[in-house]
Amino acid sequence: MIRLFYIIICAQLIVLLPAQAAEHLVKPGESIQAAINKASKGDLIKVLPGTYREKGILINKQLVLQGIGYPVLDGENKYEVVTITADHVVVQGFEIIRSGYSSMDELAAVRIKQASYVGIRNNRLRENFFGIYCQHASFSLIAHNDITSTGGSELEAGNGIHAWKSNHLVIDGNFISGHRDGIYFEFVTESTITNNKSHQNIRYGLHFMFSHQDIYTNNTFSENGAGVAVMYSRQVTMIRNHFLDNWGSAAYGILLKEISDSYAAYNEFSRNTAAIYMEGSSRLIIFANRFLQNGYGIRIQASCDNNVIRKNNFIANSFDIATNGSLVLNSFNENYWDKYEGYDLNRDGMGDIPYRPLSLFALIVERNNSAMMLFRSPMVGLLEKAEKIMPGITPEKLKDNQPSMKPFPL
Amino acid sequence: MKKIIKYSLLDILRNRVILAYTILLAVVSISLFLMEDNPAKAVMSLMNISLLIVPLVSSIFCTIYLYNSAEFIELLVAQPIRRSRLLWGVYLGMITALLIALILGIGLPLLILQPTISGLSLFLTSAALTIVFSSLATLSAVLTRDKAKGIGVSLLLWFYFTFIYDGIVLLVLFQMADYPLETTMIGMSMLNPIDLGRIGMLIQLDISAMMGLTGALFQDFFGNGLGAVLVILVMMGWMTLPILFAIRRFKNKDL
Repeated sequence: MIRLFYIIICAQLIVLLPAQAAEHLVKPGESIQAAINKASKGDLIKVLPGTYREKGILINKQLVLQGIGYPVLDGENKYEVVTITADHVVVQGFEIIRSGYSSMDELAAVRIKQASYVGIRNNRLRENFFGIYCQHASFSLIAHNDITSTGGSELEAGNGIHAWKSNHLVIDGNFISGHRDGIYFEFVTESTITNNKSHQNIRYGLHFMFSHQDIYTNNTFSENGAGVAVMYSRQVTMIRNHFLDNWGSAAYGILLKEISDSYAAYNEFSRNTAAIYMEGSSRLIIFANRFLQNGYGIRIQASCDNNVIRKNNFIANSFDIATNGSLVLNSFNENYWDKYEGYDLNRDGMGDIPYRPLSLFALIVERNNSAMMLFRSPMVGLLEKAEKIMPGITPEKLKDNQPSMKPFPL
Repeated sequence: MKKIIKYSLLDILRNRVILAYTILLAVVSISLFLMEDNPAKAVMSLMNISLLIVPLVSSIFCTIYLYNSAEFIELLVAQPIRRSRLLWGVYLGMITALLIALILGIGLPLLILQPTISGLSLFLTSAALTIVFSSLATLSAVLTRDKAKGIGVSLLLWFYFTFIYDGIVLLVLFQMADYPLETTMIGMSMLNPIDLGRIGMLIQLDISAMMGLTGALFQDFFGNGLGAVLVILVMMGWMTLPILFAIRRFKNKDL
């Protein structure tokens, strides 16, 4: 009886075993691709430290590919290093270097091609053309990767994390530096970008186009060639990001072009040429942000309408607001302006006379760029004082009716 | 010549005006640094103030001193000293005194509170402007016999370079708004030592990055070696040409 019982259990185990994940070990000198081909669905492949030159690894089944002690996958400047075409794949713990450069194909260190539920975690990517390339990917996680490159020009370099026609991506805790665009989104919807650091990229820290209903929070974008660009998108939420040190004649903390129904709150903009540059944007709420030591706080073009700029701190900017027309369709309310010289007799915390954040000189410079030669000239100071007392040239309606007397604790 | 320099320097240093000037500069610079928690902003404010005060005081002080020591100069002209040496001596004495005041009033506080490149360039700009406006003042004192007229001329020169010139530039900018004026602006900034000093400072303090196309152009021009050399040459021109012209006139002047 007991024997029969044993036999039944053993038989059951034998039946069950194939359903469990097998573990494969790849040593230096062996081929990872061979291990993948040999493995069956759901297996774990562990790769030991060493350098692997595989001329392109294709993962076409559900697998976990795990590097132990950062084994190096080398693309020898010729090949795409890892291509994932199956769902439920995890690639983690590798150092992936030297993906191929081509002006025809966008060769990447890791490419996710028409796959879902993929995880790319804890990898180090060095000197690649494109870093992680998502193409028709969905429900995927790209987290804690360290992606750096020393691309020379915009043409020679690719993007750090490039996502195209994807949805439901989570991009979390990556460090990206030296690529063309740190993070590039085109036709990517309902995705989240959190806790990333995009630093010293050649063009944009984050480049965002036709990507709706996305959220990005707690990211730091610093010293990028042209800051961050968010264009042609709807319902984008931007919270608690830091836009720092984006200096240059065409650099912006954030460029908002044709954005609508979006929300930017609790962000920090420090030392940018123009913290926010808005063009053709509607129904944006810009709330409780900090604008510190920027050239321009907000450059809001006359093509923007129905935007609400409320309860922000504007401190030590050369110009708080600049605009190119006399039409004002946006509201500025309850902000703190360090240049405000009014008073608060009834002690309600709000200044009793409106503040006009657009200075005459900002307007002159906007119309005639060469006038910048007279920046901080005493002559201009005199003109500005006169304009403050009797506004004639600056738009009458552009004013904050309830400027806060004290900076908000943000 | 050394004796003349020494004499006029000591004479000026005994003067209360120069002491008041030193104290004014020192109080302004120290209080700015103590009030402002951001030192870069303090340098900025100090720049604004020194671009106004330094040229004004230099030109007024030099003109008045030259008129006040007219009798002393006449006395020395009677001695076997060359006239050019005589005026050089008085001039060098004056600028040395003014530079000492500048070092004590701005240089020392900057050295203690803000020993950076921008601090140094602020000091150098102020020093250059001191020399430029002393030269201009000497020229106006040599050219006009009447004291009131001479002081008027040097005041007018200061007013012209500080306010009127910028107004003219603004006017030109708006009259010619349809033309590309970026390079013209660089040329026009060379024609005013105060503007030149201010732009040089702004480039240093990296405000230039926000200036758009013109700023990028300024940065390209003033930021590279050749531009810097040219700026220094133009500044040197502003320092030396008025005084050379003044000395030429003084040689043949009927005292």
